Amino acid sequence: MKKERNEVKFKEKKVKFWPYMKRYWQLYLLLLIPIVYLAVFKYMPMKFVIIAFKDFKFNMSVWEMPWATTAGKLDVFKYFKKAMNVDFYNALRNNVVLHMLDLFFGFPAPIIFALILNELPFKWFKKTVQTIAYMPHFLSWVIIYSLALTLFAPSGGFVNQLIQMTGREAIPFLNESKHWMVTYIGLGVWQSFGWGSIIYLAGIAGINPELYEAASVDGAGRFRKMWHVTLPGLKSTIVVLLIMNLGGILGGGFDRPFAMQNNLVLNVAETIATYVYKNGIKGLKFSLSTAVGLFQSVVGMIFLLGANGISRKLGERGIW
Amino acid sequence: MFCFICVLVSIICLLPLVNLGAKSLSDSEFLIRHEVYLLPKGLNFDAYTKVLGDAKYIRSFFWTAFLTVVCTFWSLTITALCAYPLIYEKLRGRQLINIFITITMFFNAGTIPNYLLMKQLNLIDSPLVLIVPSCLSVYNMIIMRSFFYGIPDSLRESAEIDGASHIKIFTSIYLPLSKPVFATLALFYAVGRWNGYSDALMYITTPKLYPLQLLLYNILNSINSVEVATQEGFTTPGLGEALKSAIVMFSTIPILLIYPWLQKYFIAGATLGAVKE
Repeated sequence: MKKERNEVKFKEKKVKFWPYMKRYWQLYLLLLIPIVYLAVFKYMPMKFVIIAFKDFKFNMSVWEMPWATTAGKLDVFKYFKKAMNVDFYNALRNNVVLHMLDLFFGFPAPIIFALILNELPFKWFKKTVQTIAYMPHFLSWVIIYSLALTLFAPSGGFVNQLIQMTGREAIPFLNESKHWMVTYIGLGVWQSFGWGSIIYLAGIAGINPELYEAASVDGAGRFRKMWHVTLPGLKSTIVVLLIMNLGGILGGGFDRPFAMQNNLVLNVAETIATYVYKNGIKGLKFSLSTAVGLFQSVVGMIFLLGANGISRKLGERGIW
Repeated sequence: MFCFICVLVSIICLLPLVNLGAKSLSDSEFLIRHEVYLLPKGLNFDAYTKVLGDAKYIRSFFWTAFLTVVCTFWSLTITALCAYPLIYEKLRGRQLINIFITITMFFNAGTIPNYLLMKQLNLIDSPLVLIVPSCLSVYNMIIMRSFFYGIPDSLRESAEIDGASHIKIFTSIYLPLSKPVFATLALFYAVGRWNGYSDALMYITTPKLYPLQLLLYNILNSINSVEVATQEGFTTPGLGEALKSAIVMFSTIPILLIYPWLQKYFIAGATLGAVKE
């Protein structure tokens, strides 16, 4: 569509400022509110980042607070040094491990699901399955956790009852570190595979049907066509999403780990987001948790920019 | 074989909800003995009557519904205000504005700076904090912009020649043509607000202002403590479970009723942001 536009572009004379504004001022007026919004809620908090280098005082403005000192000596990186403790390394490790596991199990799931959906014979059946598969995406993590509680409770949980019926012992799905991780990842896949498949289905719909016909003529069966036509057709989508996903390695939301964690599994469940919340807003260690947050933001940004750069280099579209 | 897999997948998707629904409709006696599986036993609506009779849940339900509606309208407005002017390629300073917007996608000040900002703006514990700070998602703005790009420029240009103002062009050409993208983003924003609890957790201290999900979170995490259990009326463990299930159903059903009707739209919307052109 962009190309069409370029074709009809005329060489315009440079219009003077006032006549230009007279014609276009309304557009700037429209943009005013979003820009003010972004300036206030996205840019203004950035000034508070500086407290990572200062000793936080409740009764002072950010600029008045003294720079961080240790034993009377100026030491602006005090809180960064302080933050590099076991708890933080733990949270960082969990963040990375959970993200990688999510990627490993959660990434292929929607692709496989889309491939399967594509093979379904009846349209109404396909539609019903899709509607059902999108459902978990619309549930909040609190609700998903409560579903998990009823389903996986050691006594009386549906799944454990089935396990006990076969004569085995109940599995502590939510109260023991390793099992908790499995449950966490599993529920992540459960929540997102249907929704994630939308984009691949759109990709499949865009593949030239002649390719399939040609493959049939060559005697390719279902699986051969999947492997040699559908998957190569989805390659660019897969690559972009994979790279972007890797770029978000230090991101990871707050809602999911916070809703699902409990004290018994904190050693594997605490991520940076929940760590910052507990130390900062709950524990009032503002400077320390801002330092951790800043570390996360900066390293996260480097990863994202890197991912974007690689994605563009490969000739794909970045996120902007 | 593929049909079989799909049926299995659908069952796995539905099973947790069916199980929970059955528990919410069951008699406490069967729940204590762990005898409820997929169908309710001793069918009754006690738990629901109790939830519906409790002012706390009803208030929270309507409060969340109100928040969701206000939030959705406000967010859609801001998103459209941002997306529409940016489709004008001749707009001066467009590059600059794009950079200004893109930076916010890559760099986030972090939880504590955001908290301190809310404090400075006196938004802590104010209902506004649940509406205003999250009203513009840049990703959603990009989706909307991609949709606007798909509307032929010639429509806009001919209207311009006829002397229509830009705001007029937006309201009488773009708005009517963009129903699908508005429906999609309305769903995204509404689901985000309905399901979100972290902002309330951080910024709200008055229990009266808790959205439903935060209330639910607190119930789930305090259900083991005896003191709270008696306060909440979970005196008998069986009824407690039914009640909990009923509250979960109660806060899930609105979304489950809405999303299937918008499926046609959000499928288009979810792809717009990713595969442009």
